[in-house]
Amino acid sequence: MNVYETGGTRPTALLAGPPSDAHTWNLLYLQLLMTELGWQVSNLGPCTPVRLLVAESARCAPDLVVISTVNGHGYHEGLTLIRSLRREAHLRDTPIVVGGKLGIDGPDDGSRLKRLRDAGYDDVFDGDGQVPRFQVLLDSLRHHARRQASPAPAVR
Amino acid sequence: MATATGPSPAVGPSFHTFISDARRDRRLVVQPRMGFSDTGAMTAGLRATRAARATTVGTITVDSYTRTGELGAVERALRDGVALNGYPLASIDPGVTRTMLGEVGHPSFPVQVRHGSAAPTKIFEALLEAGLDATEGGPVSYCLPYSRRPLHLAVAEWAHCCRRLAARREDGANPHLESFGGCMLGQLCPPGLLIAITVLEALFFRQHGIRSVSVSFAQQTNHRQDLEGVQALRALCAELLTDVDWHVVVYAYMGVYPRTPRGAREILRAAARLAHGGGAARLIVKTTAEAHRIPTIGENVEALELAAAAAADVTPQAVPDSGIRDEARQLIHAVLSMDADVGRALVSAFARGYLDVPYCIHPDNHAATTTSMDADGWLRWADVGSLPLTPDAVSSPPLLTSAGLLRALSHVQRSYDGA
Ligand code: B12
Repeated sequence: MNVYETGGTRPTALLAGPPSDAHTWNLLYLQLLMTELGWQVSNLGPCTPVRLLVAESARCAPDLVVISTVNGHGYHEGLTLIRSLRREAHLRDTPIVVGGKLGIDGPDDGSRLKRLRDAGYDDVFDGDGQVPRFQVLLDSLRHHARRQASPAPAVR
Repeated sequence: MATATGPSPAVGPSFHTFISDARRDRRLVVQPRMGFSDTGAMTAGLRATRAARATTVGTITVDSYTRTGELGAVERALRDGVALNGYPLASIDPGVTRTMLGEVGHPSFPVQVRHGSAAPTKIFEALLEAGLDATEGGPVSYCLPYSRRPLHLAVAEWAHCCRRLAARREDGANPHLESFGGCMLGQLCPPGLLIAITVLEALFFRQHGIRSVSVSFAQQTNHRQDLEGVQALRALCAELLTDVDWHVVVYAYMGVYPRTPRGAREILRAAARLAHGGGAARLIVKTTAEAHRIPTIGENVEALELAAAAAADVTPQAVPDSGIRDEARQLIHAVLSMDADVGRALVSAFARGYLDVPYCIHPDNHAATTTSMDADGWLRWADVGSLPLTPDAVSSPPLLTSAGLLRALSHVQRSYDGA
């Protein structure tokens, strides 16, 4: 959908549901939202095998990987997933976030979030009402990606 | 494939007999969506379902690792003490499941397995070994919304599993299979297509030897449209399922649910009125926890009793015909004319876009259809894609932006929560 293209390089994102999660409305919604915000989104769909996610991220070197999961296995499955992803050299520094409904008993006191962050997610969005905070992250990543893409030598 | 071992299961009154007895007395059968990874909780849940003040059927909802064949993950979770979103039927010793069923009074108390798997062989083997013979699914409705598996593979495996289940007839049982086709993605699908898919799946079950089926209809966003849908579904079953036992099951709203307890109860009451008023025999309920998390046993029991009470004082209602039945009939016949084998016809129909579920991103779905929603929740086609239908003359714009989509998805939540 190029209608949203505003010119210039668009940052790229991979979007996926983890292996056990079949929900797709969340994926469709996030795909539309991120596209409208100027991202080029590759939606890998629900029940994404880990090896497909690894292969796709090697192929397109995304600026961001978004895991969306609402079936309640997100916490448990999310831990296994991030460990596999961070083992790959090309994914070591890629921003990876997870969000949705992560447990089967509603958002917890935050210890789950901490474990997910410690395991390697750059950010965790558990429960409803997290989209505005996600948009802030998208904005800052986008500016970052644009700076990197510009020909001016980046001073780090 | 392994063959079922263990003692031949007890043959009791069939799922069908239970439903038709209730139907004769004009009692709506109510059933939860319930599954726990802990066997103690699962047993307590089935027992509480049975004891509820309502005519109930028990449910074992299978967890999503098992649904997707991630049996290693089940093992890790059980070892780590992490609770799952359902009962890991294929990983629990069938003897344990059989004991649990005995304790809750199966088979006089019917219990159905609900599982959402496009590759269900292991689940069928486990349920048969545990002595169960009622389950749910379908080659299309458990594939497109639940997996990325190619449709033709799901069709082949579902055919095999239907025959496995049907073989229970040789032991004197009357195994039951419910189609999930009347739900699909749960929301934003005009009813004609849902009706067509569930009837086609029932015909697929029949072709593979099943003689007791149910067809489904998920409550949508406009009560009158839903009532017409349920009645259209019954009329088409009467036409097309002449040599099998069938009944209609209604699902309380399967989309984004009201967040307030009041809103959640109110839409469940509407679902009960839809089911009983539309002439369905059974209703699957949803709870006040739906929008938030997996419900507790208590929340399920409350929902069962609330729905049974709400259905009790409803009389059959007739509604004007807006053409849902004709639309569904047209789709069914277009698909059946593609091949004498229902499974092959279904695969061809999706390949040609004769069946095309709006907003479904499964690779075998064209995704050329879009929906629009009137202010009162009535669903229409914005774009019929290649469906063999004449496009709707009056139509509102399709839902194609994140905000528009979210608005339509939360129409029910907004109206019932009164925000
Ligand atoms: C529609 C639906 C289905 C459909 C899905 C069809 C499809 N292909 O998508 C069907 C009926 C098939 C289905 C099946 C199942 N479902 Co379901 N489903 C729902 C339901 C009713 C609505 C979901 C929806 O459409 N939301 C609309 C989208 C746009 O919103 P969303 O998904 O909530 O996402 C929002 C936020 O979470 C957030 N978000 C999501 N991801 C991310 C990621 C990031 C980075 C960020 C920032 C934000 C974010 O943004 C979105 C917009 O606000 C919800 C309950 C509810 N919400 O009312 C249950 C629900 C999600 N399902 C649930 C479950 C458990 C299942 C099943 C496992 C069956 C079962 N055991 O009951 C199976 C799934 C099998 C599997 N392998 O995963 C549970 C999850 C429990 C939990 N987390 O505690 C819920 C909450 C219902 C319940 N209370 O039991 N389901």
